[in-house]
Amino acid sequence: MRLTCPFCGSRGVEEFTYRGDATVRRPAGDAGAAAWVDYVYLRDNPAGPHQELWYHGAGCRSWLVVTRDTRTHLISDVRAARAVAQAEREEGAV
Amino acid sequence: MQTDRYSLFALLREAMRGNTGWKPAWRKAAPAPAYDYVIVGGGGHGLATAYYLARRYGGQRIAVVEKGWIGGGNVGRNTTIVRSNYLLPGNEPFYECAMKLWEGLEQDINYNAMVSQRGVLNLFHNDAQRGAYIRRGNAMRLHGVDAELLDAQAVREKVPFLNFDDARFPIRGGLLQRRGGTVRHDAVAWGYARAADRLGVDIIENCEVTGIRIEGGRAMGVETTRGFIGAGKLGLACAGNSSRVAAMAGLRLPIESHVLQAFVSEGIKPFIDCVVTFGAGHFYISQSDKGGLVFGGDIDGYNSYAQRGNLPVIEDVCEGGMALMPRIGRVRLLRHWGGIMDMSMDGSPIIDHTPVQGLYLNAGWCYGGFKATPASGLCFAHLLARDEPHPVATAYRLDRFARGAVIDEKGMGAQPNLH
Amino acid sequence: MMDARMTSAPVAGAQPRRVAGGNGIDAGRTIRFTFDGRQYTGHPGDTLASALLAHGVRLAGRSFKYHRPRGILSAGPEEPNALVELRTGPRREPNTRATVAELYDGLSAASQNRWPSLAFDALGLNSLFSSVLGAGFYYKTFMWPAAFWEKLYEPMIRRAAGLGRAADEADPDQYEKATAFCDVLVVGSGPAGLAAALAAGRSGARVILCEEDSLTGGRLRAERRQLDGEPAWRWAEQARKALEALPEVRIMERTCVFGTYDGGTYGALERVADHQSQPAKGQPRQRLWRVVARQCVVAAGALERPIVFPGNDTPGVMLAGAVRTYLNRFGVAPGRRAVVYTCNDDGLRTALDLARAGVAVAAIVDSRPEGEGQGAQVAQACGVPFVPGGAVTAVQGRMAVSGVSVRDAQGREQRIACDLLAMSGGWSPNIALTTHQGMRPVYDETLCAFLPAALPPGMVVAGAAAGVFTTAEALRDGAQAGARAAQACGFAAEQPALPEAEPESCAIAPLFHALADVPSARWAKAFVDFQNDVTAKDVALAAREGFVSVEHLKRYTTLGMATDQGKTSNVNAIALLAEITQRPIGQTGTTLIRPPTQPVAIGALAGAHRGRHFKPARLTPTHQWAESQGAVFTANGLWQRAQWYPRPGEMDWLQTVNREVRTVRQAVGFCDVTTLGKIDIQGPDAAEFLERVYVNAWKKLPVGRARYGLMLREDGFAYDDGTTARLGETHYVMTTTTANAGGVMAHLEFCHQWLWPELDVQFISVTDEWAQIAVAGPQARNVLRHVVDPVFDLSNEAFPYMAAGEVTVCGGVQARLFRLSFSGELAYELAVPARYGDALARRLMEVGAPYGIAPYGTEALGVMRIEKGHPAGPELNGQTTAHDLGMGRMLSTRKDFIGRHMAQREALTDPARPTLVGLQPLNPADQVVAGAHLLPDGAAATAASDQGWVSSAAFSPTLGSWIGLGLLSNGPARHGEIVALHNPLAGTVVRARVVSPVFVDPEGARVHG
Repeated sequence: MRLTCPFCGSRGVEEFTYRGDATVRRPAGDAGAAAWVDYVYLRDNPAGPHQELWYHGAGCRSWLVVTRDTRTHLISDVRAARAVAQAEREEGAV
Repeated sequence: MQTDRYSLFALLREAMRGNTGWKPAWRKAAPAPAYDYVIVGGGGHGLATAYYLARRYGGQRIAVVEKGWIGGGNVGRNTTIVRSNYLLPGNEPFYECAMKLWEGLEQDINYNAMVSQRGVLNLFHNDAQRGAYIRRGNAMRLHGVDAELLDAQAVREKVPFLNFDDARFPIRGGLLQRRGGTVRHDAVAWGYARAADRLGVDIIENCEVTGIRIEGGRAMGVETTRGFIGAGKLGLACAGNSSRVAAMAGLRLPIESHVLQAFVSEGIKPFIDCVVTFGAGHFYISQSDKGGLVFGGDIDGYNSYAQRGNLPVIEDVCEGGMALMPRIGRVRLLRHWGGIMDMSMDGSPIIDHTPVQGLYLNAGWCYGGFKATPASGLCFAHLLARDEPHPVATAYRLDRFARGAVIDEKGMGAQPNLH
Repeated sequence: MMDARMTSAPVAGAQPRRVAGGNGIDAGRTIRFTFDGRQYTGHPGDTLASALLAHGVRLAGRSFKYHRPRGILSAGPEEPNALVELRTGPRREPNTRATVAELYDGLSAASQNRWPSLAFDALGLNSLFSSVLGAGFYYKTFMWPAAFWEKLYEPMIRRAAGLGRAADEADPDQYEKATAFCDVLVVGSGPAGLAAALAAGRSGARVILCEEDSLTGGRLRAERRQLDGEPAWRWAEQARKALEALPEVRIMERTCVFGTYDGGTYGALERVADHQSQPAKGQPRQRLWRVVARQCVVAAGALERPIVFPGNDTPGVMLAGAVRTYLNRFGVAPGRRAVVYTCNDDGLRTALDLARAGVAVAAIVDSRPEGEGQGAQVAQACGVPFVPGGAVTAVQGRMAVSGVSVRDAQGREQRIACDLLAMSGGWSPNIALTTHQGMRPVYDETLCAFLPAALPPGMVVAGAAAGVFTTAEALRDGAQAGARAAQACGFAAEQPALPEAEPESCAIAPLFHALADVPSARWAKAFVDFQNDVTAKDVALAAREGFVSVEHLKRYTTLGMATDQGKTSNVNAIALLAEITQRPIGQTGTTLIRPPTQPVAIGALAGAHRGRHFKPARLTPTHQWAESQGAVFTANGLWQRAQWYPRPGEMDWLQTVNREVRTVRQAVGFCDVTTLGKIDIQGPDAAEFLERVYVNAWKKLPVGRARYGLMLREDGFAYDDGTTARLGETHYVMTTTTANAGGVMAHLEFCHQWLWPELDVQFISVTDEWAQIAVAGPQARNVLRHVVDPVFDLSNEAFPYMAAGEVTVCGGVQARLFRLSFSGELAYELAVPARYGDALARRLMEVGAPYGIAPYGTEALGVMRIEKGHPAGPELNGQTTAHDLGMGRMLSTRKDFIGRHMAQREALTDPARPTLVGLQPLNPADQVVAGAHLLPDGAAATAASDQGWVSSAAFSPTLGSWIGLGLLSNGPARHGEIVALHNPLAGTVVRARVVSPVFVDPEGARVHG
């Protein structure tokens, strides 16, 4: 499997480490216990397209949001996590 | 007259008549409109559940529904190791219960699954690992389970073919469980299927669950590719796909599906007599009764429902193999494949009822599912029949994550790919 | 005991079955080899199989279960029978297929899985009991008494298990790994592969052409066929030359593409030196290639199917195409009098080639009815009896074929004397690479073959692998595929001019077996899977017992699970099962072919990562100096660290470590602590960031001070600890544990990039940039005064405990000084650029000598941290909370931080949790062992009484006693209580008092000294 890092180009999967689901969001400080259990433990775990976080630890050290099909391992999108997070902030602010 | 019971006598008698009288191992059952118990998943755990339900809990009208052919999932894709060398109090009695059931399995189900207690040896390579293994071995002993600590010399005597003299991480000793070993994996599925079938369980193959019918907060049965099947109680035993099936009931689980690869070499004359686990890399190995080296390592580490992995892990596993036993360099890898693991958030399984009434869950087996098969079946049957957890499975509750009562053998936290 | 091999009585030098015209051998040179100790000769270009056949050797191996005598079935990697142990000693390779083992001078091979000899094998008796030893028999017996399985039955089975023997010593050869990138990968160099490579290569695309054989050409070398009026193999050689001339084309012979992986990655194995007696100096035996290709043309050809009939495993029964390979490529006639048995026109060519080579053809048996196919014409052309609508129903001869029984269309049986039966059930496209990603092939009724349907991204299939069997069409198909693949990569590809091929017919009528009455159980042994001895009866038995899915059939009978992976058996098995269960073949199913397509040496997959090179070693800047001091090293992750520094006269390590501890406690010592992770943190929001990742407060930490920090995971459990120093307004340097250095770095990046992108802060790991040395002991300041440049005031007032700052040392060398103490003594950590680490150690030794300085290793470091009750790896094991470690009160309630919320869960705040305590044995000489469990004094040794465990233990020279740290339920409330330290593994129980975990200087006066 290969990931196309937005900064480094196409690289073998061995350069990256996986974290998991990129659709969960860290709750606000005052969120209730259920929200935290959801965030830390519960996952959709879909069979199909999956947005997930990878870390290019043996490269540019960027965290990436990768869209990958868990049935075929085909990758349809890779973005810098920081850019995704910033865009979400801006959307939220509007 | 058809031959049903297996024995040497039966084998000889059938040989005399050209093996024409053997009864099918299990009927090809068609679904009835409803059952008292419907188990989703015709793998080792589902079949064992059905068997113990019928055999020990007097369950009637039991069906196992399987989307493909029974035993096609992880029970037929693992590295066949059984052991009960766990550290934490939530786990150890359960896996020991499984070990005891393995020890009597063949006579119980009249099927030779080749339970071979050839020993499981976990190697350690530094003081910290030694301390952790002493802690674990002592936990086992306090639970009445066998465990022995071997020093480097004792390891050398037991498994002289390991690399002792030119190692990056020299072997300092090992924790040995002599009662651990291997079991012929496919035979477990077939043996339970046959035994359950003889007790009247319907094993319904090629019957994929497409939906869970819930009325008034209660599970009524399953929609399948062969029609609706009503269920008094519905049990899910489809590890690898637990999230997908549970989602049909609107549940989200503390589980990710990951691929674990397994490997077998060409058949060679046996020289590895026990299961050996490397402590300085991801590698464990045994040798089958056919002569193949059966080995494995770490999961690939990303969510996957594809039953295959990639080269980096294959290489990593073989590197571990060569570091540990450099004489296998010219032995050839014959096949590698992948199985889909329910990797839970604390590395331990779940056997519990769900928030949906009448819906029960057996899931989250990570890569410990095969060794657990008999106890998993027994405990799930107990839960289904009695609506309370079996005494050795009381820790495997779904709410333990909310409470913080996680059973984290490796101390890796809520990161499934690290367990 | 006489067998075919003995009767043919070869003489060294004489090769009685050699015929003229082998296009792949150098008949002008003769080389020697031995098989089972007997000398033979062959030619360069031979395989072990072709050379044995040249001598008339028929018997090559024994089967797995029944130990049936077996010959050579094929001429390629699909060989199930002729498996040998190649080479001897540490280079012994079990299960090597004689059909692909290239002959070299001095080759030595031995037959395997036989005792006492190949000709007479005692376990051949198994064959007599085959009706008892049928499919799955072992599941039905060996159960009584239960204890006998491990003691009697299984050892018996294991003695018979396996084929060849692995070497008894470490593999002496080296292996390499490499990665290659290309636009178009072409797998196979037959007509389709060569045409594809030409089409793609001429477009300028980067092309890699992999051929598992030693020669390119594929079947072009095996057939007596013309292209443009020349022998086809000549065209193959010209095509190879043309490809060689293209700068972006790389031809890799002896390279098998064995697996399709994700993202256009293919695994390939190059046999660099297997055709030599041993690798040249510095040469690897094999090289593992990860080929990253944008497009892949699979032109892997096809594999011929045997026909299932009684006695089809007798030596001398051979695939018809293999017979042509031996004749045309190797110049070997595998028999003197042959019968050809076929269901297709391709098989008929064997009769023509045999006749042309001067081999008598006794009959052509064609399963097709009269008038179908070209059998009659071919028979007439060869002047051979023709049996249309016929079948071979039996084989005479045990160790070698001496004749066959043939039944004609009218049901009349006749015996025909022969020593070779060439059979063809048609060709199965070699589609393994197309199925590795889970795509199932579909059955084509017309071609009687499984063809790929869906394909992995970027893959196309061409030629025989796609069911395109004639040479002309395969060339065209390959050229098209190659051009399309290049176009897909953006190259303007055109189809190359292709040579003119003669017309040929590949017409086929389905034939998988010649068993008169399929459901009958009374057949003699008709083999489906030769190597694993799975017969048609076994298939029927499995079906009778309900194993009617192909996966069940495979697993129950072991069909297709031998070293050949069912290359010659899978399709026949599916066809038989289809017939038995009365389903069409297409609906009976197919098994996915698991990678690798050919078995791959484990050594090749490991490459250089073995022995001491299994993992890289990280060395600290003072490593060489420590070596010169005679240090003993220990692995700490990938790091090698000095464990202790023995001195002459010291009896054992404990004496050394005690001395090192005393030196620190009474004078001064130093220790390389470079391995601790160091992360430089800069930016206006650095303090805010630290607030969020650590449990404790950071905003008020002044410049020039350091603070201890604890990090949790988001699930509320303790993750890592260390000190972070504030070097400037917006500049911090964090230390982490050695074990988590990489993990914490990734964690910080995660928090910043994903959770809090709004924070203006940056990180970089500087672990390797700085050599960091702890100088500890009452004389530490005095020693450092000789190292740190005098402008820096080291007085307790100017540089107190937990001070941190940038200094210069040794006359201007930039450095960082931290007044931190892990030992509990007056101590500093001094960081200098890594290149000065060695010099710093030497300087410390020099200037510290008057103060009694000595280096200390990780063991003394560990003893002192246990004496001070500092948690380390065994306590920070991922299962403990801040509360467990006695740091519950550090958790700030005034801010959000990672793990805060989950740390408040009921199970994490339960006071009954095992919590850090000190343990002091009542008898100081009683050894405390890490891993012992803590039980109430006098309680029975059962899990029910288990209340905790000893996490760390050491002998404290300061106290003159063994001591331990432990985690004990309700620990802090139990100081003074006596508990029992149970170590049932060692059979010991030690009574110890629960005490504070801080054994030495509990007031902490010394660090402030």
